[in-house]
Amino acid sequence: MTGEALLEIQGLCVDYGLGPDAVHAVDGADLVLHRGEALGLAGESGSGKSTLAMAATRLLRPPGVITGGDVRLHSDNGAVVDLLEADFAGLRVLRWSQVSLVLQSAMNALNPVFTIRAQLTDALTAHLPQLSKRDRLARAVELLEMVGISGDRLGSHPHELSGGMRQRVMIAMALALRPQVVIMDEPTTALDVVTQREILEELKELRDQFGFAILFITHDLSLLIEIADSIAVMYAGRLVERAPAASLFKAPRHPYTLGLLSSFPPLHGPRIPMTGIPGSPPDLRQLPSGCVFHPRCRFAFDRCAAEAPPLVTIGTGGSRLVACWQQAPDRPVPAEIAAPEPDQQLLPLTTAPAQKETTPVTGAASAATAAAAEHGSPA
Amino acid sequence: MRTLARRLAFYLVTAFIAVSLDFFIPRLIPGNPVDAVLAKMQGVTITKATINALELQFGVGTKASLWAQYTHFWGNLLHGNLGVSVSNGFAPVSTVIRGALPWTLGLVGFATLISWLLGTLIGALVAWRRGSWLDNLLPVTTFFQAAPYFFLAFLALDLFSTKLGWFPSGQGHSNLDFPASNWTYLSDVLDHAVLPALTIVVASAAGWIVTMRNVMLTTMDEDYVLIAAAKGLPKSRVVWYAARNAILPSVSGFSLAIGFIVSGALLTEIVFSYPGLGLLLVDAVGDNDYALLQGLFLIITFAVLAANLIADFVYVFLDPRTRQEA
Amino acid sequence: MAIGIGTDHAADRTLEPGTASSPWPPRRSRVLRLPRSAKMLSGLGILTFFLLWAIIGPFVAPYSPDQTFANSAVPLPPSGAHLLGTTALQQDVLSQLLVGGGSTILVSLIAGVIATMLSVAIGVSAGYLGGLADDLLSMLANIFLVLPALPLLIILFGFLGHSGSNNELVVGLIIAVTGWAFGARVLRAQTLSLRNRDYVDSARIIGESRLRIIATEILPNLTPVVATSFLFTTLYGVGTYTALAFLDLVNPNWSWGGMLFYGQLSNAEVAGYWWWFVPPGLAVALLGSSLALLNFGIDEFINPRLRAAGLARRAGRREWARARRRPEIGLTPVIRSAGGGHDG
Repeated sequence: MTGEALLEIQGLCVDYGLGPDAVHAVDGADLVLHRGEALGLAGESGSGKSTLAMAATRLLRPPGVITGGDVRLHSDNGAVVDLLEADFAGLRVLRWSQVSLVLQSAMNALNPVFTIRAQLTDALTAHLPQLSKRDRLARAVELLEMVGISGDRLGSHPHELSGGMRQRVMIAMALALRPQVVIMDEPTTALDVVTQREILEELKELRDQFGFAILFITHDLSLLIEIADSIAVMYAGRLVERAPAASLFKAPRHPYTLGLLSSFPPLHGPRIPMTGIPGSPPDLRQLPSGCVFHPRCRFAFDRCAAEAPPLVTIGTGGSRLVACWQQAPDRPVPAEIAAPEPDQQLLPLTTAPAQKETTPVTGAASAATAAAAEHGSPA
Repeated sequence: MRTLARRLAFYLVTAFIAVSLDFFIPRLIPGNPVDAVLAKMQGVTITKATINALELQFGVGTKASLWAQYTHFWGNLLHGNLGVSVSNGFAPVSTVIRGALPWTLGLVGFATLISWLLGTLIGALVAWRRGSWLDNLLPVTTFFQAAPYFFLAFLALDLFSTKLGWFPSGQGHSNLDFPASNWTYLSDVLDHAVLPALTIVVASAAGWIVTMRNVMLTTMDEDYVLIAAAKGLPKSRVVWYAARNAILPSVSGFSLAIGFIVSGALLTEIVFSYPGLGLLLVDAVGDNDYALLQGLFLIITFAVLAANLIADFVYVFLDPRTRQEA
Repeated sequence: MAIGIGTDHAADRTLEPGTASSPWPPRRSRVLRLPRSAKMLSGLGILTFFLLWAIIGPFVAPYSPDQTFANSAVPLPPSGAHLLGTTALQQDVLSQLLVGGGSTILVSLIAGVIATMLSVAIGVSAGYLGGLADDLLSMLANIFLVLPALPLLIILFGFLGHSGSNNELVVGLIIAVTGWAFGARVLRAQTLSLRNRDYVDSARIIGESRLRIIATEILPNLTPVVATSFLFTTLYGVGTYTALAFLDLVNPNWSWGGMLFYGQLSNAEVAGYWWWFVPPGLAVALLGSSLALLNFGIDEFINPRLRAAGLARRAGRREWARARRRPEIGLTPVIRSAGGGHDG
């Protein structure tokens, strides 16, 4: 946790459509993004992660409707803005200057008929009308060079750039007004692995330089190892767990997180049987009673079908949140979701202290821990 | 540029085919065109030379080979000789057409442009404000699109000219003495042009409205429009970002539509007795003035091809993706 | 491994595509479950009305359309004896209207059918065969697309004269020749995209003949496009035939276009004889509108975004109206009353 709250989302409910056929895409989600924090938002397709981020900024397309909750943004002039009550004019002022957006496919997110120059400077024109044309151009060049693209590409059109370059332009565009928050929705999913890594490296550098907060939305947990400080996991429109990155990987507390982690094979270590998560995501029009995950959860018991567990803080430090009845203080916790917290200074997938004894189970983090314990040190 | 060169070549090929069609149709259709022409010309003296020219034009009873006739035809064409118009006192077809062409170009060109501008604007608006009462406009436009141009012309004449007396009932201009002051002439011409132009606009705008609306709906779902809104740009800018992309199919669709619009406009001219190509057309049909018909077909086709080429230029200008050299 | 003939009672089983007993690969085509939208239904209704009109009209007409009546110098407005008045020649307008529907609808349908057959043949071949065949066929289509149809038809019929232009089939055929190109282009594009789908590839690998692949894999999936193309071309046929009749290039007795021709001859519009030209014009416009409405309906069905725009309007319309909001980009509506019903 690196600062005070920046974006607070409480109990947000978002539907697609109205009436009896409405799809409940987000159902009471709570999320807090802190100043300068890189928060990963993970979950499978249809979990509502993009919907959550878009709805919070009122950018959700029709037929999306916000049906409940609160979203507050702590603007850098000290004011706290209620985003759900704001009108178009009020939102306009905040947009891009406080919160900006990077989308998955730059080919679709960049306007094909306008030059890069026009797309880098339009936000400047809208928000800083006092800037002269020369200053705007200078800033555009500065932005491009910040992401490693030469300034003479200003006159190009999006289709003349490679995929990686386009994504970089999007990132540069997003930083044009030095926002506090950059929401990134699957920014590297459409790229090849090599470019993906380059972009992530650049993102980290930029973050070190400018200190903005990132909400990094992805279905690929392994990316979040690289960049996230904390990770929040969503399932069927709700938050089910939130923890510092290392803790989540080494010691997941929610059965769904455990299932996610065991769904991708580790590149190192002994071969292990893959388990994945049985069943399929629920129909968002008719969610299961009680805990939404219980039909697919191997630790489910009778309380899970009756009541939905609230998102509560567990452990010390206040940085771990879980919504699971198995984590309630009155029960013994199954070993798989009770692994001890990793030492906070260490990065994930490195040496684990030798005296930690975990039951050999499936999962990337645990397997890596076991392997590291065997071999003594990382490769 | 390469795209444009290819389009130009295509239009030249099409023009060539049009000329060839023009040459072959009289020869392929059963019956003797020359007789048909003469049949309509009872009571007018015709010189032997004229009959010979007609025969050569249509390939009847002449001893020249098909190829010789063909090359002769092309030769004439390249010299601007389109034959003789029997329904206009044997004046050269090219002269007759040249007299009527400016009227048609002015009316149709002007009306088509306005129709396109108005149609795409309204279409964008209907799409932007989806779910509002504007959506009810669509069935109305469907009706106007299906109604024949000349029927709308009838309605316009009946309503605005005969019943309300706001506009003259036809012709291109009143019988003024020429040259009256230029302004009187101009306003008179405009006065006569309003109803025909209105008819053309109402009949053709519907197509643009629907096309633009449909494309705009799809475009508004694109990510770059969302980003434009996310950037906090004013609403008008966001619409512009979408419309600037959505307009492209309307420009390329212009090429398809221009043929229809010209056809409809010609029919409108007939109803209004407007002194353009339309009137020449219907008179030529009535008098079996085949030479004039042939000439009109060529000129109209060339005009449509030229309009297509202009539309292609505009498209390349508007869409940078087409400028990429292969 | 001898395949026992008659041992598996294949005849007893229905050939369900996709099951083990079926020799055909599973059909990807979906059953055309047309949505019940207002546009489609009204279009269908009006069209059916006109089809009935074409068939029954001549029997219902009070008089013969050629029959002349009272000696009047000018056309008479509607009256008890003549519900739609008379023409300049003192013929009954209503009878002409009822009889005139037949030829218009017949010619348009013929034109539509022939043009659609042509566009399917040329478009699908071009898309499927590719290469030189595609280049040539595409060029042919583009040429016909660019050449303005009416001038071409005018010289064709102008030279043909009245002798050849009384036959509905011939007229329909000639109109079709100018109207197939648009459909061919659309079908070619669709075929190109379908050609690369996996199930077509697998059929090719199995060794099915080209014709069979086209017939069983590709054509069924083109049904909506072929339907739109047919409607569009028929609509084109209606307008074109009416225009040709208006120009007295085809038999004006009796078609709606012909009525307008005679009207124009007597300056009906200038003199204000609205009962003479409004009914036939209106009939053409309504017939055309019905085809266009049907087309819109099918369009919405094919294009998911248009469908979503339409469906979203229909579904939950009451709620949207109550909320009195219009969906807008960049301003997601907050409707708190709609929430609830599920525990947090």
